[in-house]
Amino acid sequence: MSLWVDKYRPTALDKLSYHAGLSTNLKKLAASGDLPHLLVYGPSGAGKKTRIVATLREIYGPGVEKLKIDLRTFTTPSNRKIELHIVTSNYHLELNPSDVGIYDRIVIQDMIKEVAQTQQVDTNAQRKFKVVVINEADALSKEAQHALRRTMEKYMANIRIILCCNTTSKIIAPIRSRCLLLRVAAPSTDDITQALQAVAKKESLKLPHPLAQRIADASERNLRRAILMLETARVQQYPFSEDQAVPLADWQQFIKTIAQAMLQEQSPQRMQQVRNNLYELLTHCIPPSLVIKSLAFELINQVDQSLKTEISHQAAFYEHRLNSGQKPIFHLEAFVAKFMSIYKRFLMEMYG
Amino acid sequence: MSFFTKPTKAKATATVRAKDDGHDRPVPWIENRPRSMTDVSAQEEVVQVLRKCLESQNLPHLLFYGPPGTGKTSTILAMTRDMFGPELMRSRVLELNASDERGIQVIREKVKNFARSTVSQNDSGRSCPPYKIIILDEADSMTSDAQAALRRTMENYSKITRFCLICNYVSRIIEPLASRCAKFRFKPLPVEQSKAKLAYICGQEGITHEAGALDQVIDASEGDLRRATMFLQSAHRLYTNQALTAPAIQEIAGVIPAQRIAELTSAWQSKSYEAIRTAVDQAVWAGFSAHQIISQVHDAVIDGAQWTSLQKAQLAQLMGAVDKCLSDGADEHLQLLNFMMQASKLVA
Repeated sequence: MSLWVDKYRPTALDKLSYHAGLSTNLKKLAASGDLPHLLVYGPSGAGKKTRIVATLREIYGPGVEKLKIDLRTFTTPSNRKIELHIVTSNYHLELNPSDVGIYDRIVIQDMIKEVAQTQQVDTNAQRKFKVVVINEADALSKEAQHALRRTMEKYMANIRIILCCNTTSKIIAPIRSRCLLLRVAAPSTDDITQALQAVAKKESLKLPHPLAQRIADASERNLRRAILMLETARVQQYPFSEDQAVPLADWQQFIKTIAQAMLQEQSPQRMQQVRNNLYELLTHCIPPSLVIKSLAFELINQVDQSLKTEISHQAAFYEHRLNSGQKPIFHLEAFVAKFMSIYKRFLMEMYG
Repeated sequence: MSFFTKPTKAKATATVRAKDDGHDRPVPWIENRPRSMTDVSAQEEVVQVLRKCLESQNLPHLLFYGPPGTGKTSTILAMTRDMFGPELMRSRVLELNASDERGIQVIREKVKNFARSTVSQNDSGRSCPPYKIIILDEADSMTSDAQAALRRTMENYSKITRFCLICNYVSRIIEPLASRCAKFRFKPLPVEQSKAKLAYICGQEGITHEAGALDQVIDASEGDLRRATMFLQSAHRLYTNQALTAPAIQEIAGVIPAQRIAELTSAWQSKSYEAIRTAVDQAVWAGFSAHQIISQVHDAVIDGAQWTSLQKAQLAQLMGAVDKCLSDGADEHLQLLNFMMQASKLVA
C-alpha cells in the first residue's frame, strides 16, 4: 500500500489539475519531437517533479514508469570511492548529485558523459535522445555547474538535461541561458482544496469543505504536505467532522512548543531545555535551516509589533551564519539566546 | 542596418540538412555568426582598425573587451576566417574558452606547444599572413597564475604567433598582459540596431510578434544580443504558431511582472507586518527567485520619485547586504522578509 501522495500522483499532462497554461505548453514541446534543456523551478510541493514525469511520459510513452534503482560507484581523483543511487528507466535517468557533497562534479562528469556518449541503439525508438533529470540542481557546486555547461553543449545530439530546483538564484548564468526556464508556482488554496476533494472522492471519503479549506491553509500552499495531512487526519478520525483539528507534522508541533517555551521564560535553565529540544530535532534529520525558519516565523507571529522587525533581522542574520558556518547547533542556539535577550529587555521595559 | 548579414543563408541550409537526416537536433540560432569581416557591420571603429591591420598583414596581440553579446567572439572568428580561409583555419587557430581546462598546466603545455610549433605550410594558394592565432575566450576567468605564465610565451613566440584575449572586464586581466596587447572596446549595441536585427531574425524564422514584444526581449536581455536571440528561440519553441507577446517573453526570461514589484514596494508604506508578510509569501510561493526580486526592486527604487536620495542610498546599502547573504546561500524567504521589514522601517 502506498501513500496517497504517490498513489494519486497524476501521470499524464492531461490529468494535471492546475497551471493549465503550463501543461499545454509542455504538451506542445513534447509533441514537437524536440526538447530544449529545461530548468524547472518553483517552491516545494508545487508539482515540479509531477510535471517532469508527466512530460517524459508524454514523450516516451508508459515505458518511463518502469523504474529500477542502481547503485553506482565513482572514484575520485584521490581514489576515494563514493556511491550514489540512480533511478533509471530505458529512456531516462534521474540522479541527485548533491547527495555526494563536494564530489558532485565527478558524478556529473562521469555519469552524464557516459550516457551522453552512448547513442540510442534502437533505431525505431521515438526519440534519438535520452533525458537526464538532475534533482536539487540548486545544491550543485559551482564546479559541477561549470562541468555541466560544457556537457550540455557538446552532447546536445544525445541527451537533454532537465534541471529541477527551488530557486534559480544559485544556478550560474551560463546554464540558465542554455535552458528554457519553466516556473511552477505553488498552487493556490483553491487548487489545493480541489485536489484534496479529488483524492477524497477516489478514496470514497466524505470531506467537508471547511476542513479541506483549513488543511489547505495549514499546508502553506504545499500540495504534498496537504495530502499527507489529509491522510493523517483520516487515520486520526473518520468520518471527518468539520471542526476536526488539522494534524500538523510532528516537527512542526515540536517547534511550536519550543517557541512557546521561549516566550514563557527567558533564563539559562530554559535555554538548556531548548537546546535539548533543538538537538532532538536535528537528530531527527530536520534541516537546521528549516528549523530556524519555522521557529522565527512562529515567534514573529506572536511577539509585539515593535519587535517584529528586529526578530526577522536576527533570524535572517543567524540563518545566513548557519549556512556559511560549520556546526548548525551553535547558530540555532545563538538565535535562541538573542531572541531571549531581546524579548526579556522588551518585557522589562514594558512592565518594569 | 543589421549586425550579421550573411549568416542566414548558412543557417537555412543547416536547418534543411538537419531535416534531411531525420535528426531532431536543433540548430541554435545564435551559432549563425558572420562569416567575414565585411559582414560585421556594427562596432564600426573597431572593425575599421582591424581591416587596416588585415590589409597590412601585420597584427598586434589583441585584447577585446566589452559586455557580453556585443560581437567580440564573432569579430575575431570572422577575422581569422578572412585571414586564413576555412581550411587553414584548423591548423592556424587555437580557440580555448572557459569550458576548456585552462589552468597553469594547460598554458604551459598546450598553449606553449601550439605557440612554438612552426607555422603550417600554406598550400591553399591564397595569400595569408605567416603566423598562427591563439584565441583565449573569456580570459577574465583565467587565474592570475595562468595569466602570468602567458607573459613570456607571448613575447618569445611573437614572430609566429599572435594572441587574442577576449574578456568582459579588462580590469581582471593582469597589467603585464594588458600592456602587451592592443585594446579594443566593444560598445553595447544601440537599441535600434538590436531591434532591427531581432526583427530580421523574426522575419527569417517566420515568427509573428505583437507590438512591444521585441522591446521586452531587448529589455530583458540587457543589451546582450546573444541572450535576446536565445529568448526568441525559446519563445518560438514554446509558443509555436502563436504571436509572441510581452508577458510570454517575461515568463521565459524569468522577469517578474512590474505589478508584483509594485505590490512589494507599496507594502513598505503600510508598515504592517501582516501586509509585508503576505506580499513576501506571495512572491516566494509564485516561485520567483529572490535575486531577481531584489534586482528588480532595485531598478524600481532607483527610478522611483517617491523616495529621497538619502532613502535610496540606504536602500541600496541594504540590498547589497541582502544580495551578499543570498549569494552565500541563505534562505530566500527569511532574507526577503528581513529586507522588506528593514526597507519599510527606512522608508515609512
